[in-house]
This record gives sequence, C-alpha cells and structure tokens, in this order.
Amino acid sequence: MGWYNRRLAKSLWVFHVSASPCNNCDIEILDLLTPRYDVERFGIRLVGSVRHADVLLVTGVINEKVAPLVRRLYEQAPKPVFVVGVGTCPTSGCCFKESYNTVQRRADVIPFNVYVEGCPPKPEAMIDAIVKLMGVLNG
Amino acid sequence: MTAQILFDFFVFPGIVFTAVLGLLAGWLDRKVSARFQFRVGPPPFQSFNDVFKLLGKETILVKTGLPWLFVAAPLAGFAVMSVAATSVGTALFLGRTAGADLIVLMYLLMFYSVLVVLGGASPGNVFSSLGAGREVKLLLADELPFILACLVPVIRSGYKLDFGAILAYQAAHGMQVASVSGALAFIVALLAVQAKMALPPFHIPDAETELVAGPFIEYGGPLLAFWKLNQFMMLVVFPFLLILLFWGGFPLRGLGLLWGVLKYLLLLVLIIIIKNTNPRVRTDTAIAFFWKYLAPLALAAVVLAVLGV
Repeated sequence: MGWYNRRLAKSLWVFHVSASPCNNCDIEILDLLTPRYDVERFGIRLVGSVRHADVLLVTGVINEKVAPLVRRLYEQAPKPVFVVGVGTCPTSGCCFKESYNTVQRRADVIPFNVYVEGCPPKPEAMIDAIVKLMGVLNG
Repeated sequence: MTAQILFDFFVFPGIVFTAVLGLLAGWLDRKVSARFQFRVGPPPFQSFNDVFKLLGKETILVKTGLPWLFVAAPLAGFAVMSVAATSVGTALFLGRTAGADLIVLMYLLMFYSVLVVLGGASPGNVFSSLGAGREVKLLLADELPFILACLVPVIRSGYKLDFGAILAYQAAHGMQVASVSGALAFIVALLAVQAKMALPPFHIPDAETELVAGPFIEYGGPLLAFWKLNQFMMLVVFPFLLILLFWGGFPLRGLGLLWGVLKYLLLLVLIIIIKNTNPRVRTDTAIAFFWKYLAPLALAAVVLAVLGV
C-alpha cells in the first residue's frame, strides 16, 4: 500500500463541505487556488462533485440541520477519503458552542483526520495541515 | 500478422503509447494553463498520479438508473478511443492501414460522444442528465462542419478515403494546409475538434460552474479514471488526425521526426491557447457559430477543393 499511498499523497482532490459556516473560512480556502499560494503545484485540485473527492474540507460549526447532509456527503465519497476541519468552528465550536442548534459531538457526524485552527485560519496554516496529511500518507 | 495487430493495438500506436503521451499532454495542458494564470502549475507526472490514484479508489454504483450502462460507457469509450488511436497511429507512423479509413474513424469519434451521452444519462442524476443533453446538442453542432472540413483533404487527394492515399498525396504535392481550401478547412476542423474534445470555449456539457461536472458527476474511482484517460487520449488522437489530414504526416525517420514532434506540440499549444483565452459560450451561441458561420465556410472550402484551388 505504500506505493499507492504515495500516489494518493501527490493527487489530493479536495471537496469543500460548507457545514453552516460564516463564509470566512470558505473565502480563505479560495485563496489557496490563487496565484499567490497555488496549491495545484502539490497536485491538489478543488473538485465540484463529492464522487471525485479525496479530501473533504469541512468549514463551519455543524448544526442540527446540516448534520445529516454532511454525514450523507461523507458516505457518498469513494473511500479512502480524509476529512479536514477548517477553522475553529469544527475544532471546538468557537463562539457558537453553546448555541441551541449546534451539534455537540461533531466527531460522531463525520470522522475528522486533521484540524486547522484559526478564525479564519491563514492559507499557510491550511497548506501546513495538508502537508501533514501528506506526511502521514508518505509514511 | 495477428501478433502485429495485437502489438499495434496494445503497444505502439495503440493503448500504451497513446495513454502515456496523452497523460503527458494532459500535464502540458495544466502547466500551460497555470502559466497563463501566473501560477506555477502541477509537477510533470501529475496526470499519472491522478489516474493511478483514481484506479485504486472505491467504485460506487448508483442506486437509480441503469448500473450496467453506467459501468459499460467509460469502458466502451476507452475501447473506442484505443481503436481510433490505433487506426490514426498506424497510418501516420507506420504507413500501414489498420483496416479503418476516414469514415470508420468519423463513426468511432461520433460513437465516443454517444457513449458520453449514455454514460451521463444512466445514473438519473439531474445535473448528469442535463450534461448528457448538452453533449447531444454539441454533437449536433460540431458534426456537420467537422465532416465537411475532413472532406476537403479527401477531395484534394483524388476522392480517396484511405489515410495512406491522403498522406501519399501530401508527400507528392505538399501539405493540404498550404492551399486555400485546405487552410479554410483546417481552421474549421481545429475549432470543431475543440468542441469534440469539449474543451473551453465549448465545455458546455461539463460546465463546472453550472453543472458541477456534467455527465461525469456520478462517476468516481476507476470508472472516472477511464473517463479521464479517454480525455487524455483525445489530446493525442485529434492533433494526430489533424496532422494526418492537413499537415503532411509524421515520418519516424531523421528530420521528419523532429518536424512531427514540433507539429504536434504546436497544435497542442494552439488548442490550449484557444482553451485559455475564451470564456464558455452558450449552447445556442455554439450551435449558431457552427451552423451559421463555420458550416458555410467549410462548404466554401469543399467547393474550392472541387475546383482545385
């Protein structure tokens, strides 16, 4: 599997799951594709269909309404698939943690592999998270 | 004889050669596009990594629709593209015929679009079905100018549909594109090929901002790998077909090899430049463009070719 994992690490296709975000992290994710950061040099592509995805970038605190949809998106993605929580919201709930509609056990909805801290995280932090994921895959 | 046919189909002008060259062409496409946008772009063997990664992922079949058609369409598309690559490649490189002339090739290339339609319509997804419908419209739009443009080399080489005869005429009388009718037909054929490959500005079926991924939205894993491979192989088949019909062949000896490689790279970069400098056109605009402007132009080229200009 080592050979396959190295191929996978060089070709991570990213699908963007908006799980009730405030849109700030989403804008920072789009920054990654701009000429300044250009994650395509690592083979990373943003894809529109979850069937093509290897990495799900989850932004936002997952609330009761989107939780079933996020779960369904995870199940629709062909495995192996990795989940990255972008921002403070999927990590700890941020300032919405005690809200009436916030799912308290987010890891039961979708199993996270990597968390990126920050509100919103800098693009460098997100690249760092992806590089850590690649490091795990490369062994 | 059988061994030679198998070698032709599986190794040299066929599957292995076309797939490897197509994957490299796909990398060139992404790299040049990235440079157009002042980005760095992916590393050289990116397309290989993409395809191998997709081949190792899970295959998911759809619950609704026709699962057998869903699986059969990309595999049949791969077979069609391989046969097309073999028939163009054997004529272009080896000077032999693989038992197929221009009519068979046209049929194969049209059949590939039909397979995209069938594959896109099979899962019953709304976006996928819309993409399939748009592929039908695009096929209707580009087929007429493409056939008319391909008729010009046939007429000029003495009404011969055989690839060998077209190449022999060009070896004796110079490239087809050097004549007035040939030049007109080449321009039409280049734009029609852009539409046949569904590249921008004619990426109407898989318009990523409207239909997410068009006919390929439900495909994932190995089946998507086959669709990707087909698209990469098209980056080889269509430029080679244009070189064969209009640009005087691709001999494998001496300076001819260098010229051939330069011709291929020039055509590929031309296609990539058209791709990167044009926004997507609407379906009706595309049909109007092909039927109102390119089809009369191609018809004029055919008339000029009959007159011998």
